[in-house]
Amino acid sequence: MSGIVITITSGKGGVGKTTAAANVSAALAMQGKQVVAIDSDIGLRNLDVVMGLENRIVYDLVHVVEGACRLRQAMIKDKRLEGLFLIPAAQSRDKTAVSPEDMVTICEQLRPDFDYILIDSPAGIEQGFKNAVAPADQVLIITTPDVSAVRDADRIIGLVEANEKGPARLIVNRLRPDMVQRGDMLDTSDVIDVLAIDLLGVVPEDESIIISTNQGVPAVMENNSRAGQAFRNIAGRLLGQDIPFMELEAPTSWLQRISQLMQRP
Amino acid sequence: MSWLNALFGRREPTSREIAKNRLQLVLVQDRVNMSPHLLQTLKDELISVISKYVEIDEENMEVTFTQSKRQSRLTADIPVIGARTER
Repeated sequence: MSGIVITITSGKGGVGKTTAAANVSAALAMQGKQVVAIDSDIGLRNLDVVMGLENRIVYDLVHVVEGACRLRQAMIKDKRLEGLFLIPAAQSRDKTAVSPEDMVTICEQLRPDFDYILIDSPAGIEQGFKNAVAPADQVLIITTPDVSAVRDADRIIGLVEANEKGPARLIVNRLRPDMVQRGDMLDTSDVIDVLAIDLLGVVPEDESIIISTNQGVPAVMENNSRAGQAFRNIAGRLLGQDIPFMELEAPTSWLQRISQLMQRP
Repeated sequence: MSWLNALFGRREPTSREIAKNRLQLVLVQDRVNMSPHLLQTLKDELISVISKYVEIDEENMEVTFTQSKRQSRLTADIPVIGARTER
């Protein structure tokens, strides 16, 4: 086995990197893959709580780097999903505790034992981002359909290309089809037009993400979560499956349809 | 009264269209790391260099960045009025 290292990053904070990392990791494990998720957001760790593994942390990434424990000891096994592991970030340190070279070394040690190594990147374009991207074979960029997140995504795409880690692929998160139809939100096609990169998936805005995060159970494990389905599709596409993009039509009443007809230019 | 506007063939741009436009403009600047002020300076220097050789229509010249995929291209469209008679 020689694992593929996939880094999930965004530039802007709060667009869903950690949620995506948790869900894509879980979805890959559900497909029978050996997966380890690494939280590289040192000082602001969160992947542990989103995955519901926060109570089982003994060692973290910085302990591994400093030689205070073996790599295996820092890996938390998810008891609900066969083949899913987490290496948490340190909470009481900062980004400088880990170097890009450390990340490359750790990933090299993990590759023989795993199919996928997913790295949850911190926001920003500084050291933490560089750490997260250094070992990557593939980079996934996540954005929401708003001007500030798309602008930051563009900057990140440029940096990923400059680091010869491209071409990155895009996940559009928290899309609201009703707002798109009203003409009040950028559609996926607009975002792709502007950023000029390949689309990997579109995740609709979905309350079930908040609920599943409250519970520490990734939404992909819930059968009736729309966002969970979108993340399962993304995992399937990473595995090379040909999965069509979800139909994201807002429910329309006949009144809305007439009003839309009237608004056509 | 958006339907009235529609009847008369007028339409306010949607916030979605405004967002896309603004993004496209700001990303052109971000990608080449050039402010509108610096672009004006570039334009002025182009004028002074080219004017040494040919007489140009400064009013109607256009210097813009365009994008195709992720490649930025600087395009200058400079109408020439005539050759300088002597140098």
